[in-house]
Amino acid sequence: MTAAASTVLEIKGLVRAFGGLVAVNALDMTVRSGEIVGLLGPNGSGKTTALNLVSGVLRPDSGAIHFAGHDIAGMATHRIARLGLGRTFQLVRVLDGMNCAENVRAGLAFHPARLARSEMDVAAIRLLERVGLKDADQRLATELTYIDRKRLELARALALKPRLLLLDEWLAGLNPSELLIGIALIRSLKDEGLSILLVEHVMDAIRSLCDRCVVMNSGRKIAEGTPDEVLSDPAVIEAYLGAVADA
Amino acid sequence: MSAMRLAAALASCAGLTVLALLPMYVDAYYLALAIGLLQFTVLATAWGLFSGPTRYVSLATTAFFGVGAYTVAVLGELLSWPLVLLIATVIGALMAVIVGLSTLRLSGLHFVIFTFGLAELIRQLVIWYEVNKTRVLGRYVFVDITQKDIYWQLLVLAVAVFVIGWLIARSRLGFALRIIGEDETVAKHCGINVTVAKVTLFTISAVFMTLVGAIMAPRWTYIEPSIAFNATISFEVVIMALLGGAHRLWGPALGAIPLTLLFEFLAARFPTASTLIMGVIFLLIVYALPAGVVGLWDNFRRQWRPQRTGQGVKA
Repeated sequence: MTAAASTVLEIKGLVRAFGGLVAVNALDMTVRSGEIVGLLGPNGSGKTTALNLVSGVLRPDSGAIHFAGHDIAGMATHRIARLGLGRTFQLVRVLDGMNCAENVRAGLAFHPARLARSEMDVAAIRLLERVGLKDADQRLATELTYIDRKRLELARALALKPRLLLLDEWLAGLNPSELLIGIALIRSLKDEGLSILLVEHVMDAIRSLCDRCVVMNSGRKIAEGTPDEVLSDPAVIEAYLGAVADA
Repeated sequence: MSAMRLAAALASCAGLTVLALLPMYVDAYYLALAIGLLQFTVLATAWGLFSGPTRYVSLATTAFFGVGAYTVAVLGELLSWPLVLLIATVIGALMAVIVGLSTLRLSGLHFVIFTFGLAELIRQLVIWYEVNKTRVLGRYVFVDITQKDIYWQLLVLAVAVFVIGWLIARSRLGFALRIIGEDETVAKHCGINVTVAKVTLFTISAVFMTLVGAIMAPRWTYIEPSIAFNATISFEVVIMALLGGAHRLWGPALGAIPLTLLFEFLAARFPTASTLIMGVIFLLIVYALPAGVVGLWDNFRRQWRPQRTGQGVKA
């Protein structure tokens, strides 16, 4: 099957507990090449924990994570990043003491394929333009607006030339017009062939961007399918809104 | 810009020549003062190499300084001087790697306390060894090194610490450490091996401190643990680096020079109250100059810059 051959990320039986709380419980999911997969679920359902297990911030208790030909379960974060995993964070993390170009160079400089200094400057400016931060290279990261900070963080993640991009609520907190810009930007990344796993609560974005969705609740996968399928699934509705009253 | 660079290079060459010739023209008091100034300039700059970008406050300066001094006390009469310095370098580096690997996962206050404890631990170990094994607490350092030799060695070390600091700041390692100082999680996600980066720089910084201790040892002729592992040195170095501003290479030196002179003055005029006054000065610096002298200078420059960029945006 061609789909299996072009699988970018494959998670099998992933488990991580914090004391008695099993935050991620026997999670299975895959992301195929060029696909946007949405990871949904109510607050506290284990989505960010799952991302932290994939990017190496946390070690899994058991289970396997296959990425770029390696089992990366428990591997150090910097090694996973060098394999080509880019990531943004739920609470935006930019390097406030540096300007925008330096922020992007942070993503470029430690890539296994080394660039010369001049090439890096060109690449940084191109990446800033790519996310809509033209001519911002010398501006300090602290001076940016909220959406521009998100753009800068995305540019830094793209600087790693990722095979897979993890976006943790990248669209959260944007106003309606910014949201349209943000959705268009993510779609353009998919059009370039990037594979994306995104955690998101914004339903419009999920419907318009995701090829497939995985829904989690209390650490377990409760549904999987196209956005329309999962969003009309009774188990998913119950997870978000509570059980339908007996009638 | 290149003309300014050239002028700066010429000025530093001229300055170095003057400094190198200094011992020929000054008396013993001023030579001793110059040695003190160089000693603290190297220690504070080396401290800033690591603690500036990473923002880890280390109180282990005296641990490395003391190990360097003791290496000389033990081996000074047995081996040739360059070999003794080489051995001190190796011991300091090994110790820094071990300490670095075991402590750099600690953050903030835990790291401060651990480094303070480390200096004390090593001091107690040396005391235990001397009392139980060699049965003498003090040692005499008889090596054929004059005060002028000490001065020149420290001058070379000072040049080395600035050159290496400058090279690191321009290297990938320096950039990695700035990112780690900003946000360690981001650094890891950029592909930076943060443990290797931190331990490497901690080791470079510690080697300089060890060498200062080794070079300074012949000044005392008599050495014992309370002299070599004097905790005051660690605190003085931190105050100096903070006054100057540890986030720039030349910042700590700007703090080391005035404070060495001030401590010298205080020790001479108010020998009993000097530590008390030092404490008050430490508080004042932390409250009034959180970013140090360098921070003041940066603010000053920033007030000038907006006018220029303002015009640039309009054009």
